Amino acid sequence: MKKMVAAMTLAVALSILGAFAVQADEFTKKDLEKWNKEFMSVVKEGERLFHSALGKNKVSCDMCHPNGANTHPETYPKFQKQIGKVVALRDMINWCIQNPLEGDPLKLDDPKMIALEAYITYERKGKPLDPGKH
Amino acid sequence: MKKITRRRLLKRGAVAAAAATLPLSLVEISWGKGNAQNFTFAYISDSHLTHIKGTKFVRNFDKGLKKAVMECNFMSPKPDFVVYGGDLAQLGKKEELEHGLEIMSKLRHPVRWVIGEHDFYLDMGRFWEDKISKTTYSFDHKRVHFVVLNSILTYDSWIKRWKTPEERMANMARLDNPNGSPFMVGDRQIKWLKKDLARVSKDTPIVVMSHSPLYKIFKPWNFWTDDAEKVQAVLKPFNKVTVLHGHVHQILYNQIGNITFQAMMSTAWPWPYPLSYIKKPNQIPKITVFMNRADPFHERDATGWSILNLENGRVTNHYKLWENRDRILRYDEKLGYPVDTLYQNPANRIPPQEHY
Ligand SMILES: [Fe+2]
Ligand SMILES: [Fe+2]
Repeated sequence: MKKMVAAMTLAVALSILGAFAVQADEFTKKDLEKWNKEFMSVVKEGERLFHSALGKNKVSCDMCHPNGANTHPETYPKFQKQIGKVVALRDMINWCIQNPLEGDPLKLDDPKMIALEAYITYERKGKPLDPGKH
Repeated sequence: MKKITRRRLLKRGAVAAAAATLPLSLVEISWGKGNAQNFTFAYISDSHLTHIKGTKFVRNFDKGLKKAVMECNFMSPKPDFVVYGGDLAQLGKKEELEHGLEIMSKLRHPVRWVIGEHDFYLDMGRFWEDKISKTTYSFDHKRVHFVVLNSILTYDSWIKRWKTPEERMANMARLDNPNGSPFMVGDRQIKWLKKDLARVSKDTPIVVMSHSPLYKIFKPWNFWTDDAEKVQAVLKPFNKVTVLHGHVHQILYNQIGNITFQAMMSTAWPWPYPLSYIKKPNQIPKITVFMNRADPFHERDATGWSILNLENGRVTNHYKLWENRDRILRYDEKLGYPVDTLYQNPANRIPPQEHY
């Protein structure tokens, strides 16, 4: 009995999943264009933020990192010896905002943080992931 | 003073370790005092002093220039003069240039000035020429001919496209600006250069000082002078030519024909090597052994200044690096190009010199 209930539950679960899968497969070229447009608008916002004063001293990220160079997003998470543990890219973004830019850290889910990450990773598009690399 | 750990000392050998800790006063002992052409000068560049408001400036960048000035004042024997290599200001503001002049006034040595794009594009060089220096000139020192060029000029059409001086300055200040414009020396200065050099004998050592490199490395970041070849052609008949430049904020050196090129460090911040931007091709000189990748946790890392010795008409460059081992570039007469006295040999290179 117990077995049968389990099998039935599984069947129901599969049919629900199946239904969703069919819908999920049905995105169109138009959808792709729309999503890419959404993404690129966030990249653009990230580019704007990256080139503006995010702290309190008029210094901006691009002054040390033209085109996001030398940020190495593909190497995160990695051990950051000065922090003493493995951290994510966003932790280093906040470190830069607090130190060279003399500002307050962003919340980790702040849309500005997402935009900065979008720009930094987009400038590195195509570079193979290499987490942990120094 | 740098910390020399036991491990580092053992690794590099006693001689190299001793060289790394040489006091400033001993760096020029390697050449004969007999030659009247041999002398020492210092080079400070790219301080990018940034005005916040009122009397407030970015602390970090002030600190870099102040440190270089202080160390220059401690040089013994004294340098014959100090060159300022351009980009004293960040946005060309009167406040920034005046602030820079005040810090530089603490120098006990005469200063020769080279203009950078950050000093120029707000008022098209007016404050600089009124209060600081000419932008194109030459002088002779101990039988070496020095030429200073304004290499950060650009096309009139670009200069005219901006509504305000502030907008023009901001667009030139952004290194990775897709709406930027390449630097150039321009035909008027090239004509002047020809005339200036006409009276100089071909065996007189020539040292040209410009802000941008007088060769082409990476156009997207203006590591580039559009009419560089024309300038190189004028310099071609001379036996010993060295071009010293700022702008790139990194260790960079090259040899093109008879001309040796050397970049100066910034006192403010380092820039990545163009190969770190994977989307665009570059022409980084193959002979350059890269500086260490900067550690952002050390605010003065990959910044510094230079002590330059004129040795038999060639420039030996002692990069004074605040958070790294000093580097020495010397022209190798046999090879015909400058080499790093320690790291040119690939076996001596260290992991932080790998950029990607
Ligand atoms: Fe600069
Ligand atoms: Fe510059």
